Amino acid sequence: MGLGFLLQQPFAQHALVAAALVAVSCGLIGPFVVTRGMAFAVHGTAELAFTGAAAGLLVANNPVVGALIGSVVVAGLIALFGARQSERDSAIGVILAFGMGIGVLLLGFYHGFATAATNILFGNIFGVSGDQLIVLLVIGVIVVAVMGIWYRPLLFASVDPDAAGARGVPVRGLGLLFLVVLALTVTGAAQVVGTLLVLSLAITPAAAAQRLSASPLIVAGLSIVFAVVAADGGLLASFQSNVKASVFITSFSFAIYVVARLTGPLLRDRRRSRYQGHFPRQEATALRPTAELPGTPVAAASSEDGGGLGDPAIRPWASGT
Amino acid sequence: MNGSSGSAIALRGATVRFGDHVIWEKLDLDVAPGRCLAILGPNGAGKSTLLKVLLGLLPLSAGTITIDGRPPGHGSAEAGYVAQQRVFDPDLPIRGRDLVQFGVDGQRLGLPRTRARQVDPVIEAVGAQSYADVPIGLLSGGQQQRLRIAQALAGGPRLLLCDEPLLSLDPAAQEEIVAVIDRHRREHGTTVVYVTHEITPIADVVDQVLYVAAGRWAAGSPNTVLTTQSLSVLYGTHIDVIRVHGHIVIVGGDGTGVGPHHRHDDHVHDLHDGRPPEGHQR
Repeated sequence: MGLGFLLQQPFAQHALVAAALVAVSCGLIGPFVVTRGMAFAVHGTAELAFTGAAAGLLVANNPVVGALIGSVVVAGLIALFGARQSERDSAIGVILAFGMGIGVLLLGFYHGFATAATNILFGNIFGVSGDQLIVLLVIGVIVVAVMGIWYRPLLFASVDPDAAGARGVPVRGLGLLFLVVLALTVTGAAQVVGTLLVLSLAITPAAAAQRLSASPLIVAGLSIVFAVVAADGGLLASFQSNVKASVFITSFSFAIYVVARLTGPLLRDRRRSRYQGHFPRQEATALRPTAELPGTPVAAASSEDGGGLGDPAIRPWASGT
Repeated sequence: MNGSSGSAIALRGATVRFGDHVIWEKLDLDVAPGRCLAILGPNGAGKSTLLKVLLGLLPLSAGTITIDGRPPGHGSAEAGYVAQQRVFDPDLPIRGRDLVQFGVDGQRLGLPRTRARQVDPVIEAVGAQSYADVPIGLLSGGQQQRLRIAQALAGGPRLLLCDEPLLSLDPAAQEEIVAVIDRHRREHGTTVVYVTHEITPIADVVDQVLYVAAGRWAAGSPNTVLTTQSLSVLYGTHIDVIRVHGHIVIVGGDGTGVGPHHRHDDHVHDLHDGRPPEGHQR
């Protein structure tokens, strides 16, 4: 089968369009996932799409709608239990473990053909129906619209939450909004590439883009381009071989990341030298004594204030640390 | 100008309580435009609460507040805000100039666009032009803090609120940051408020002090508030205020303890925790 013949087949066209739609959404949210440290949230919501699909199958015989509604519920639960960043990952772990158990239970009640639910764990890029394509398109439009409207305050809140809050940016509300967008994107993507491979489109391209630029919009653009290249490039490569598409998608994505990691430091050094030549990265907490007074008792440095801070009398500002 | 009509900040009978817990009450304060106020006190005394009130993010339980004669708008651009230095991740995909641009329009909807016309003047004002295009996480603590100040100044605020801006900076960097802020204050007539529990680095630039502790407060010039007598009344226990070589050291306790150096640090630490000074606790 030649590539030209394949490209005329509806299943191949659907696959290419679906992969592109998913890649654009994933590439768009990716930089925020990386900046906000939410890789585990991507993984958690992706796997819990299985539970939503099982529930949808049982209640309305519709796994896709079930997975989408489930993803919004999961986003709300993560926001509720993981309000503080430090507790978010453990909250996701808790919800993920319980949710998967519920999913297995729900699937046990279902006596039909359960492939529709388990499909979502592994994805089926060559089985994308016209209806699914429309669902993916709607998700894509929602994600692009929400991100287009709230990109700037969301970036502000992600980078510098204190200052953003002081300027009246609704930091917590935007956090919840982003979780919902993330859950919808990931659930849509899971149907195409499978929950296990979502990370290769939602994180890897953005992580690669960050290595190459520090300009927020360039990072976003590169992230989308990398995701589309990996997704559609991987598909086209699989058309011409007997290897599964997901293998190529993850490999392309990984290859882009490796190249970015190798070239990133070179770009960064060049950018640095263009300005001041050299930037000493000084540790903010490394307080150094400015002077040693003669006759200062050594014992003062090892007093109960934690030691290592030296004699407080010659550095009164140390008391504030 | 009489009363509060010409004040940059005017508080009258201002009270904040959460449930039954009174943070501070019946606070009266006037700060004239272009002056520098330091809000001092131990942790938990309600310094940051007052800052939120000044930013318009928290309503008063009782009393009134006006900024330039008007109630503060919710996170309005009239007040610039400098948060305490917090280390940015080295991989953060953002440059100094992007951070500064947030001070112009970070709260507005849409895609971010960094415009040289809007950010270059303030970046120059804080002396950060040579590193404004470097990823923010690669800069030193002092450089990052200069860019935060530029961010706060970018909206052209009449009032600059600095929340522990010198924390975790080394003394040289502290001095630079204070100088940058004070120069802007003198050149533009911006009213400056520092929230800090360390008066020494800003002692030379402060016109007025508000000391909050244990639900009470004292306000006035540094020389009238930061005295053994006034702080002892405020804390309800004996407090020593010692001035040594330009350092102002606030010491609780009755003189018992080990060496003077050790006692100083220990007891100041006690004050910061909001606990009564050690000597009177037992």
